Amino acid sequence: MLYPELGDKLVVTIMGACAQELYDRGHKENFFYLQHAMGLASSIGLGLALHLPHEKIVVLDGDGSVLMNLGTLATLARYRPRNLVHVIFDNGSLLSTGGFDSHTTSGITDLAAIARGAGVEHVAAVDSVVAFGEAAIEAFARDDLSVIVAKVAAVGPNHYGMDLQLPENAFRFKRWIAGRKP
Amino acid sequence: MSVSYENSKIVYQGIKDAGITSLSALPETWLGLLLQHADRDPDMRLIQVAKEEEAIGIAAGAYFAGERHILLMQNHGFLAAMNGIVSLALLYGIPLCMLIALRGHWGEPYPWHTRGGIVTEGVLRALNIPFEYARSPNAVGRQIREAYTLSQSALSPIALLLTRDLMEEAL
Repeated sequence: MLYPELGDKLVVTIMGACAQELYDRGHKENFFYLQHAMGLASSIGLGLALHLPHEKIVVLDGDGSVLMNLGTLATLARYRPRNLVHVIFDNGSLLSTGGFDSHTTSGITDLAAIARGAGVEHVAAVDSVVAFGEAAIEAFARDDLSVIVAKVAAVGPNHYGMDLQLPENAFRFKRWIAGRKP
Repeated sequence: MSVSYENSKIVYQGIKDAGITSLSALPETWLGLLLQHADRDPDMRLIQVAKEEEAIGIAAGAYFAGERHILLMQNHGFLAAMNGIVSLALLYGIPLCMLIALRGHWGEPYPWHTRGGIVTEGVLRALNIPFEYARSPNAVGRQIREAYTLSQSALSPIALLLTRDLMEEAL
């Protein structure tokens, strides 16, 4: 559903299911997979968004990663990049590492409320495919920072691996951006 | 002890002379005057973070964007940024030019700074991060420029340690 919209945007994903599922749909040069350093996908997105105001940045994040770097929501709110969409897939689980419950399981911790409390004005909390699609369309069209917290089932791909070395991904991502400079 | 007004100005001028246009930082005492210069400079983008590890991600984004970016932090912030340095910068070959206030080292009166000060050099060596000490206002501008150059050619984190000699007023 999201994939066809990502062709002309800079996409940063976290590790695990998020990266693998995007890669399996078909890698594009404008995708960067942060295969470790949990929590920093949104910080990379902020660095991109502030320095490339003419590009749209999409961060595909997860509850486990965001919980490792909650300060990022406050930093995002403070600098409020108008061209950043921060999607947090909340499966309530540390799925890629054995499926342990995260702090968001059973609604104990509400990431959308944390994002609002951090000062993000446009926060959508969705729990269906239709609602997610609507929130994503709005966020992509909006000229302002948007956070979407999407409740998803804790299921992932049955395999992990990419035919793409990590520095190779970084080099090609940077080169793609350089080629876009007006 | 107070922070050197003159040398803070010289360090900031060194940052400007290196062609830096973007800077991420977490404010700390020795960096305060420097960051005031950055804050007042319309040609400098200053991004303050809640924790130093965020700045590693922001620096990676700035690098991808083709922006000349440096990081300012205290050595305890460097320690707090460790996983980002290892599993983003070192893993992917992302350059980081880090100016690090070396608290807790020679002459440190405050006990709470000491353990971080004592381990900083050892951690840099363990990570194979090239570093130099900045002690003299006469050399610091060149050191900043060279640190930035090496970070870009080596695609590696580089550390310039800002010492007490440089950052505090002489007695």
